Amino acid sequence: MAAKTIISRPIYGKLSPQPGKHHLFVADAEGALAITDMAARAPVGFFDGAEIVFIAGPDGKYVAALEALKPAQLHLPPSFASLLPRLKQTLTNAHMGLRLYLAGTEGLIGQAMQVALEAGIDHTSMQTEHRGSLARRMQCVHCKGITENVTTQPATCSHCGLLLLVRDHYSRRLAAFQGVCINAEDRSEIPPTEEIFQ
Amino acid sequence: MGITFRKETFRDDFTFRNSPEHIRRFPFPFHEDSYMYAVNIEPHVVGPKGSVLENLIDVDEHYVAEMQDRALVLAEDPLRCQSLRHMTLAGWDLLELLMEQQALGYPEHFTLTRDGDRWRWINRPLGIDDTFTFGDTSTLPYGPMEYITRQSQGDFCILDQRDGNLWMDAGMVTTQADWSLDFDIGMNFFEWHAPVPLAHEKGIFVRALKFLTNIQQGKPARRLNWTMTINPRLDTSPENYHKWGPDRATVTPENVGDKVHLRVELQSFWRLPRSNGIVFPIRCYLIKMDELVTQPKWARRLHRVIRDLPEELATYKGLTRYRPTLLEWLSKLDDGSPTSPGFGPD
Repeated sequence: MAAKTIISRPIYGKLSPQPGKHHLFVADAEGALAITDMAARAPVGFFDGAEIVFIAGPDGKYVAALEALKPAQLHLPPSFASLLPRLKQTLTNAHMGLRLYLAGTEGLIGQAMQVALEAGIDHTSMQTEHRGSLARRMQCVHCKGITENVTTQPATCSHCGLLLLVRDHYSRRLAAFQGVCINAEDRSEIPPTEEIFQ
Repeated sequence: MGITFRKETFRDDFTFRNSPEHIRRFPFPFHEDSYMYAVNIEPHVVGPKGSVLENLIDVDEHYVAEMQDRALVLAEDPLRCQSLRHMTLAGWDLLELLMEQQALGYPEHFTLTRDGDRWRWINRPLGIDDTFTFGDTSTLPYGPMEYITRQSQGDFCILDQRDGNLWMDAGMVTTQADWSLDFDIGMNFFEWHAPVPLAHEKGIFVRALKFLTNIQQGKPARRLNWTMTINPRLDTSPENYHKWGPDRATVTPENVGDKVHLRVELQSFWRLPRSNGIVFPIRCYLIKMDELVTQPKWARRLHRVIRDLPEELATYKGLTRYRPTLLEWLSKLDDGSPTSPGFGPD
């Protein structure tokens, strides 16, 4: 039931090693595999100038695989929120020529991109690769609250409780898809809920 | 002389009406008996006396009431007016444009006097008499864009031009047809138009962008757009959709004439001199069916347009729920006789 994709919907690519000496990777979950896959195509010594920030799950899956790449720095924050102050500082102080690679869930890519945009990095210069869950980060257009990890269509706003149509319309500035009340014209109409963003 | 400003509301008891003169000057948007998207952009030049194009920035009998409604919207939701950090200069450009145009067209209501950077602005309908330093934000009670757009009818988007694209980086948007400035701010031309059906495939936006990025200072352009609104409600924002959406289910054969409104946007596009941005005023005109059908040509034509509108467009414009009721009502006013070419009434 997902609508045809629209132009504001982000398109993700495949990580590829960029020229340069300074590389910053931000990844979560299966995003680690995007990095290890890319490593197979990277020149020798590529990770000598690389920092990898990886938000692992509680099981620590993929951490060993990333350690094996021997990056200059491997940072393992427990959550995106806990990473935020450090990421802001890294990007604010970054020199021209820092290459940014974002991999994993859409929510992670979007939020890391949001911080990078605020630091003045152009979104088209960032390497992105989507891996893992299709769960969406959604902003309720009515109350402005963000609901994380939305997997259903429609979805209930975790703040105001309205039943929302999760649109493909996406804001990089908010790092979120737009949610709009699906039954505003007649609240008694309750469409069936489907799991579509798995 | 001057305009007699109506005391009226766009919410709650909905006392908004058009006077007979304003009905005849309504910018009816259909020049033929059907409608499809087109890049319908033309030079924004002064039109006939007594039309909405008599002045390039139109002020009409709804001015005071619209500004009061805007103040109510902003008090409830300040996010309707936003300006990204790099857009302040463009805000000053806009302030200059709107003060000049309003003072030029309506000297009995607005006066601008300049002594170097020291400016005095008198707005008689709203009881404002302010002296400030042009370029110094600390001398105004709001930022320049917010200050002047609290005193100007219509929504305003200020677009930054860079990388061959236009970026929605500032705006005052309180009378919008269901799009969110707060969500779209910072997007480029293609991104903020992403939800519009059919037009991307027709290449409309590629051609429109090419036109707009080439607009020159002193040579503004314009186009008309339209939708329909139930009740004369200016604030049909997505933010409040859960509040006004139920109106669409209230249309009956008895109240069509009073409740259903044609909503026309006169969009104009102006190059700004200092910032090289583009300002995009979206001026909204409302007319209820009872008023519109006092012009028999418009009644016949609107019936044919709504009847033949492609389903995707009807859905996008939110007409689905009341379209049959509206059509039934309009059909009684369409005897099938031909309509004269052009927008105006006979």
